[in-house]
Amino acid sequence: MKILVPVKRVIDYNVKPRVKADGTGVDLANVKMSMNPFDEIAVEEAIRLKEKGVATEIVAVSVGPAKAQETLRTALAMGADRAILVQTDDEVEPLAVAKILKAIADEETPGLVILGKQAIDDDSNQTGQMLAALTGRPQGTFASEVTVDGDSVTVKREVDGGLETVKLTMPAIVTTDLRLNEPRYASLPNIMKAKSKPLANKTPADYGVDIAPRLKTLKVSEPPVRQAGVKVPDVDTLVAKIKELGIA
Amino acid sequence: MDTETFDLFRDTVRRLVDERLIPAEDEVEETDNIPARIADQIREMGLFGLSVPEEFGGLGCTMSEEAAIIRELCRAAIVYRSLIGTTVGIGSQGIVMDGTDEQKAEWLPKFATGEAIASFALTEPEAGSDAGSLRTTAIREGDSYRINGTKRYITNAPRASVFTLMARTEPDVKGSAGISAFILPADTPGITLGKPDKKMGQKGAVTCDVILDDVVLPASAIIGGVPGRGFKTAMKVLDRGRIHIAAVALGMADRLLGMSLEYAMERKQFGQRIADFQLVQAMLADSKVDLLTIEALMRSVAARFDAGEKVSLECSALKYHASEAVGRIADRAVQIFGGAGYMAEYKVERFYRDVRLLRIYEGTSQIQQTIIAKNMIRAAEAA
Ligand SMILES: Cc1cc2nc3c(=O)[nH]c(=O)nc-3n(C[C@H](O)[C@H](O)[C@H](O)COP(=O)(O)OP(=O)(O)OC[C@H]3O[C@@H](n4cnc5c(N)ncnc54)[C@H](O)[C@@H]3O)c2cc1C
Ligand SMILES: Cc1cc2nc3c(=O)[nH]c(=O)nc-3n(C[C@H](O)[C@H](O)[C@H](O)COP(=O)(O)OP(=O)(O)OC[C@H]3O[C@@H](n4cnc5c(N)ncnc54)[C@H](O)[C@@H]3O)c2cc1C
Repeated sequence: MKILVPVKRVIDYNVKPRVKADGTGVDLANVKMSMNPFDEIAVEEAIRLKEKGVATEIVAVSVGPAKAQETLRTALAMGADRAILVQTDDEVEPLAVAKILKAIADEETPGLVILGKQAIDDDSNQTGQMLAALTGRPQGTFASEVTVDGDSVTVKREVDGGLETVKLTMPAIVTTDLRLNEPRYASLPNIMKAKSKPLANKTPADYGVDIAPRLKTLKVSEPPVRQAGVKVPDVDTLVAKIKELGIA
Repeated sequence: MDTETFDLFRDTVRRLVDERLIPAEDEVEETDNIPARIADQIREMGLFGLSVPEEFGGLGCTMSEEAAIIRELCRAAIVYRSLIGTTVGIGSQGIVMDGTDEQKAEWLPKFATGEAIASFALTEPEAGSDAGSLRTTAIREGDSYRINGTKRYITNAPRASVFTLMARTEPDVKGSAGISAFILPADTPGITLGKPDKKMGQKGAVTCDVILDDVVLPASAIIGGVPGRGFKTAMKVLDRGRIHIAAVALGMADRLLGMSLEYAMERKQFGQRIADFQLVQAMLADSKVDLLTIEALMRSVAARFDAGEKVSLECSALKYHASEAVGRIADRAVQIFGGAGYMAEYKVERFYRDVRLLRIYEGTSQIQQTIIAKNMIRAAEAA
């Protein structure tokens, strides 16, 4: 079985993002970028399935600028077998990504597509669901456990108030939650080997997908600065204050 | 290595440092041990193989690349580096540089994966700075050598699978010409280890005596197969080692100065940040200058070493400068932290003790000064 793993190049999770002065977006000039952490979890899960003998090949895909090649190299260094870069410098919305992924899935016919539940830059949480709708395949989102058994996959999902278990017929779409696994670091020898793994260069046009944005960003602004708190001398005053503020 | 691969490489080490090594520092300090899960991670990542050539399964880093990775690694307590240090550096390089094809084929692949840890046994109770006067004897008996002596302060001796051992094969030849380098597997009969030394710092790193009592090795265990060249091998190994130690100093300098600046910008006295006092600014500035000069000298010396130039003087100058400069940076860090800097709860106190060693091993500061001056005089005399 083949597994398709989309990976996105995003602003590094350690970086404190700054909004551009003109309010058109986040300033990415000279900012460290790395693989979306949820996608790392997706790559890790695919590798574990391969190590268990369930999967035979892992194909990593990234839609983005030429630099997204670095993100694909990271996936290859972790253990993916080959990579596809769908190169574009334009902003790509989740729907366009889902359409490109559908075209790739049609070509590659993977048994599983494992995606991050969301990317930490725009937090859309849509691509996996859209891909499931477009392909007409079942989806198991927010996975905290994935078990493949024959031609079905059982996914434990993190839902409000507990865990839900769903059984899907493959091919299926899975999106990863934080507790699914702890991704490995690529070993240094594997980083060297990743150089010689195949990486195909494509464009959205190759898949006949129109990536023109459907949404318009009006304004991006910093979250409001938190107001300083007040100190109270004792519990009674605290309770009184809370009542006064109408919090409880 | 191309830059893309190298950047990925360094980023991965950076993450290991920030996500795993720094958070485990207190555990290492308290237990005086590197926990197995961390040691395994370091091994799995392939860090033991930094300097082993690619053809033997290592990463084949140039000196410049090795230094950049070691600098990154040593933003975490330098005891982690000690785990791989002898295998990446002094313990293995003798074989890499001067070993026979058989010796390389037997040991280097195991060093590369970290399956075997190498240790370097030169120092003795009566022979430290004056390593050429070492007394451990290796007496030829037919096709083998019988070895007797005591080695002191040997890093990683309890972890080692193999020692690069310096012993005198020509007892009549005084000084360095009578010394040979042996590959001594740690399970050879006749080796006993002393109690682990109690050290000023670097908790979690281990050193001890290695006592050699009628240890018998085949003549083929001599590195390169030819006796009497051991000291030359040791000196070559130490040239490279000195650049490595400077990288250790630089990594710690990054960390210490980062902590100093952060603290100075947070701590308030007299109604303002202490970073706004010019006398504190002077300390920050002096530390930055020290750091930048280590960095600049390291870049140039490592590049020249990689280009094959003879840079013994420069290696000594770099090691001397870097180890002294990081000592000053650590001292200022303690000062900037004030009373907190003297307390074990804050890590500058620990790092201040840890970096003290850098001025002592792999050639004391005085020995580096001597090497520099002697090289200068020799060059002037030859001109
Ligand atoms: C933690 C630790 C780990 C070590 N690991 C190893 C290891 O793995 N393998 C190994 O072989 N060794 C190891 N060593 C030994 C280390 O290399 C020696 O301690 C070092 O070379 C100094 O030798 P010494 O201790 O005998 O000091 P000495 O040589 O006795 O020096 C004492 C003082 O005299 C000065 N001095 C000596 N000769 C001169 C001179 N000619 N001119 C001016 N001043 C001079 C020195 O600079 C120093 O200040 C380790 C030491 C330590 C502390
Ligand atoms: C082991 C120990 C025992 C102690 N015992 C006692 C005790 O028995 N009783 C007691 O009362 N205290 C005691 N102290 C506290 C000690 O006196 C203070 O730590 C010391 O006065 C420094 O204050 P601080 O730690 O708050 O550092 P800070 O005042 O925060 O100083 C931090 C850094 O800022 C610098 N700095 C601060 N202000 C200025 C300025 N205006 N211009 C330039 N630089 C400035 C300092 O020189 C220092 O480098 C003890 C401390 C220690 C470590």
